[in-house]
Amino acid sequence: MFDLERWQEIFDTIRKNKLRTFLTGLSVASGIFILVILLGFGQGMQNGISYEFEEDATTEVEVWPGVTTKGYMGLNPGRRIQLRNENYQTANSLYSKEIEYKSPLVFVNNVSVNYGKEALVYSVRGVSQDYQFIENARLHEGRFLNLKDMTSTGKVAVIGKKIKDDVFLDVETPIGEFINISGVLFKIIGVFDEREEREEERIYIPVTTAQKVFNGADRISNISYTLPKVDNFDQAVAQAVSFKENLRSYLQQAHTVAPDDTSAIQVWSALEEAKRYFSLIGNIKFFFWFVGICTIIAGVVGVSNIMLIVVKERTREIGIRKALGAKPWSIILMILHEAIFVTAISGFAGLIFSMAILEIVGPHVQVDYVVNPSVNFNVALATVFVLILAGTVAGFFPAWRAANIHTIDALRDE
Amino acid sequence: MIEIKDLHKSYKMGSNSLHVLKGINFNVEDGELVAIMGSSGSGKSTLLNILGMLDEADSGTYVLDGIPIKNLNETKAANYRNKFLGFIFQSFNLINYKTALENVALPLYYQKMPRKQRQEKAMKYLEQVGLKEWSHHLPSELSGGQKQRVAIARAMVAEPKVLLADELTGALDSKTSYEVMELIQNINDQGNTILVVTHEPDIAQMCKRIVHLKDGVIVKDEKVKQVRAKVNV
Repeated sequence: MFDLERWQEIFDTIRKNKLRTFLTGLSVASGIFILVILLGFGQGMQNGISYEFEEDATTEVEVWPGVTTKGYMGLNPGRRIQLRNENYQTANSLYSKEIEYKSPLVFVNNVSVNYGKEALVYSVRGVSQDYQFIENARLHEGRFLNLKDMTSTGKVAVIGKKIKDDVFLDVETPIGEFINISGVLFKIIGVFDEREEREEERIYIPVTTAQKVFNGADRISNISYTLPKVDNFDQAVAQAVSFKENLRSYLQQAHTVAPDDTSAIQVWSALEEAKRYFSLIGNIKFFFWFVGICTIIAGVVGVSNIMLIVVKERTREIGIRKALGAKPWSIILMILHEAIFVTAISGFAGLIFSMAILEIVGPHVQVDYVVNPSVNFNVALATVFVLILAGTVAGFFPAWRAANIHTIDALRDE
Repeated sequence: MIEIKDLHKSYKMGSNSLHVLKGINFNVEDGELVAIMGSSGSGKSTLLNILGMLDEADSGTYVLDGIPIKNLNETKAANYRNKFLGFIFQSFNLINYKTALENVALPLYYQKMPRKQRQEKAMKYLEQVGLKEWSHHLPSELSGGQKQRVAIARAMVAEPKVLLADELTGALDSKTSYEVMELIQNINDQGNTILVVTHEPDIAQMCKRIVHLKDGVIVKDEKVKQVRAKVNV
């Protein structure tokens, strides 16, 4: 390897056979290039999907009622289920150990919202003080609802940043301003922002106030929970599934719903959803690896093909060298050295080129579910070495054969 | 310089065995210029290949400058070829992507001589064959005679004990052939031992001794009066 004379000999050969060297190098470099780009996009999809799920707390579980589809205990199907405060409180005390944050949800419908003379078309939701953490909402200014607002049925509201940007252009801050919801004035105490603008078009008021002021009695629309975080993903999914099943069966009992009637009480768990996506990513990544490895194999076959042709083409030259006193091993080493050198240089060129593209273009990719495609440098490096090794093995056999052709026959080769 | 005793060689051709050399006995002294003549199939190329250690005899002994040549493996043969022998071929066998100088320097590369020294020495031999100005040309840019001169310089550069030439004028016209033979005679005059395989009588007459080979045996071995090539040019 460190024989300077042989290096010179190889550089001579390469310099004088540029096309051949270029073609060999191209097949190696493109193999690496395709692999790295594919792996990069696999990683990008994983990043993208993780990003989408960061929007809400990943351990969120949400319950909403529907309509029964089965008769049960003498009750007819088609009955509309209504959740009530009692259900919420009982569930909380039953599963208090498994719950991190909890909030009932009251959709305040059919109300008019006004700020001064301006009519606002934003949804109004009654929520608890925990809802901020369930939605992963960040406070932009002011504060979120608190326990005191709940117990005192405070007439306070938290608005999304988009509402602030759309409506409160004339004032420095909307905090302290009043909005009129169906004739009742609510004081704005905070502004939150979310990653998605859609979720910033909401006005949150205390759930107790929502029930009391807008004739809600003890009715609630939805219930949202988050579960404590667990490091192990599978464990977290298992925890979410068992919580979901327990919650459903309690609510089914409380509302006299058949145990197999899933549409009457609907429970959704973000983790289960996430698991489906992650297994999808797993499959996509597997596919990318598969394609990438096939590409590498094609590259290796290409290299060995070219090596075979190179050796065939050089048979006579090898014969001449042997007649002049080249030992078989020096022939093998010469061909291998050249093969390794060419695959290494072009492999690294492909690696650097593709990594550069990922580095430069990656952060600017603006596609849903693809965020910052990038590749683990060590993985890419390892593939280059695999390719070099494969090139060596692929080059060795033709070289070995060439070195062992009888010199007389090699000289006769045209 | 070369001592050969009772050399036999046969080739397997399917189920048949072709007996090519049938007991060759033959000595070459230092400084001789020997022509080996014979029609095709007489075994002259086989004999040269054995002398050149490109092939091995089935039986018999071969001693080169006091060293018995036997039990050759590829590595050992390569070593001996490099040190003791210089080859000149009918089809020149220059490496087409190397310049004249690099071609001449190649045997020295396999002696592990440093690059600079190699090139100096190769240049010296190129000058001897009158191609100093052509040293950086590729073989494709040289005429047949020039190519053969480069090949001769390459055979000489390692200062071998014996030069082996296989039909060295076979691809050249007669004028060029004589020029090449003149060079060979000059090299011989400097005391080098040369063996020339040929089937052209006029080329053979330019040597000092002619060995006639027929059907694998030496039929005639005679000293001749050397015809100087220069006279004919």
